[in-house]
Amino acid sequence: MLRHLFAGTGLLLTLAGSALAQDSAQDQSSSQDSQNERFIILASTTSTEQSGLFDALLPKFKESSGIEVRVVAVGTGQAFELGRRGDADSLLVHDTAGEETFVAEGYASERRDVMYNDFVLIGPADDPAGIRDAGSAQEAFSRIAEAEAPFASRGDDSGTHRAEQRQWQEAGVEASVSWYRELGSGMGPTLNTAAGMNAYVFADRATWIAFDNRQDLELLYAGDEALFNQYGSLLLSEERHPHLKHDLAEQWHEWLLSEEGQQAIADYELKGQQLFFPNAD
Amino acid sequence: MAMPALIENALANALTLVIDLDPALRDIVVLSLRISLTAVVVASLIALPLGAALALWHFPGRGLIVVALNALMGLPPVVAGLTVYLLLSRAGPFGELGLLFTPAAMVIAQVVLVLPIIAALTRQQIEALWAEYGEQLTSFGHGRLRAIPTLLWDARFGLITVILAGFGRASAEVGAVLIVGGNIDGVTRVMTTAIALETNKGNLALALGLGIVLLTLVALVNAAAYLIGESARRRLG
Repeated sequence: MLRHLFAGTGLLLTLAGSALAQDSAQDQSSSQDSQNERFIILASTTSTEQSGLFDALLPKFKESSGIEVRVVAVGTGQAFELGRRGDADSLLVHDTAGEETFVAEGYASERRDVMYNDFVLIGPADDPAGIRDAGSAQEAFSRIAEAEAPFASRGDDSGTHRAEQRQWQEAGVEASVSWYRELGSGMGPTLNTAAGMNAYVFADRATWIAFDNRQDLELLYAGDEALFNQYGSLLLSEERHPHLKHDLAEQWHEWLLSEEGQQAIADYELKGQQLFFPNAD
Repeated sequence: MAMPALIENALANALTLVIDLDPALRDIVVLSLRISLTAVVVASLIALPLGAALALWHFPGRGLIVVALNALMGLPPVVAGLTVYLLLSRAGPFGELGLLFTPAAMVIAQVVLVLPIIAALTRQQIEALWAEYGEQLTSFGHGRLRAIPTLLWDARFGLITVILAGFGRASAEVGAVLIVGGNIDGVTRVMTTAIALETNKGNLALALGLGIVLLTLVALVNAAAYLIGESARRRLG
């Protein structure tokens, strides 16, 4: 009986010991983090992360500043929420109207243009709605609605979803559930689903170029000025969230706008194509 | 990509990843194991005694706790993640700790997911043992408190399976660690969030390749537990 008791306690102690060993290993690495590594949390969009842009930019920024940027890639709506709650030190998103509201609400002290690319309309290669030769984005959206061709929407309050909704509004179309599918997912999952059901889909060019599971989908319409996709960097308010790493975040913000940062953005290519075009003023 | 070609590519990807010992993959694997094993150890330390106590003591409200634990076995990971996120967010009660988007936050989320499984299944195993040996144990004059380690030790082979079920849940879930960890490259990216990311990029072959690596790892952990259990059983004769 006693032997069992000892053995049982021994088992528990071993478990506890290994847990503590794990924990102290973690403590060590986290204290090393704070001593040797200066980092900020950047809330940004899935398009910038999945296109590989950050893999090209962040090492260059780290080299010149010593600051590590930890990217949490979410939809623009969720990025704003992270900023409001004080969970991110900096934001790089793409919804100019939303960004201006964010500044007006006092959550950010500054918003600057960083870079742009454009949105594109993707669809089945046989183009049942005939948008390939549409004269404008408005016309392309109207044709999809007229044909009642399946359309896969992000439906996640992201920058791309907000831009898509503006297009429907401008085309004066009331989308109907019979052909309009709100998926509530990121750009990649939405493209995967659109490929599966051979639907039209509104995407940012960067994610489309980086996307590999295209199946029967093709780029069908692009080039209208209305499809402009502007990315902006936000400097968060020191008053609202004094605990954030404002000094480091400001260095990142300034670097993005600097000649060096702008050049790094212009230099990034994927599959031989430039994905983002710097346009800081 | 046609299905057979996709699977072929996935297997090739899995093999290349393992053979090349890709350093990024190695870091991801180590982090995944560290987080899930820590979560399972922490959860076990709380859940094993808790489950045993629930089996031995009958008190008002016990039924409620038992039902709650059973129900929480089905807690959706996203809900667990969201709850832990709200607690650890700067605007939340534990925001000051600065744990959000760190591996520690991921451990906490996994403990929340694993603890009910281990506690509920432990209660059930110990209850059966107690029904069998309870009288014998109390006749030695020991209290119930002192019976707990004995019962846990006697049930150890069954409990290994219970703990492995917890480990399976921890290493397989993606919803909770994605929210509280943020899937930050090199900091909080684990196997499941890496698989989700590659799927999102449409790199289905690479995603499936990573999935094969993850399955193999989980199988190895299970095999190790099985072998330890078997050899202990043989020694007992």
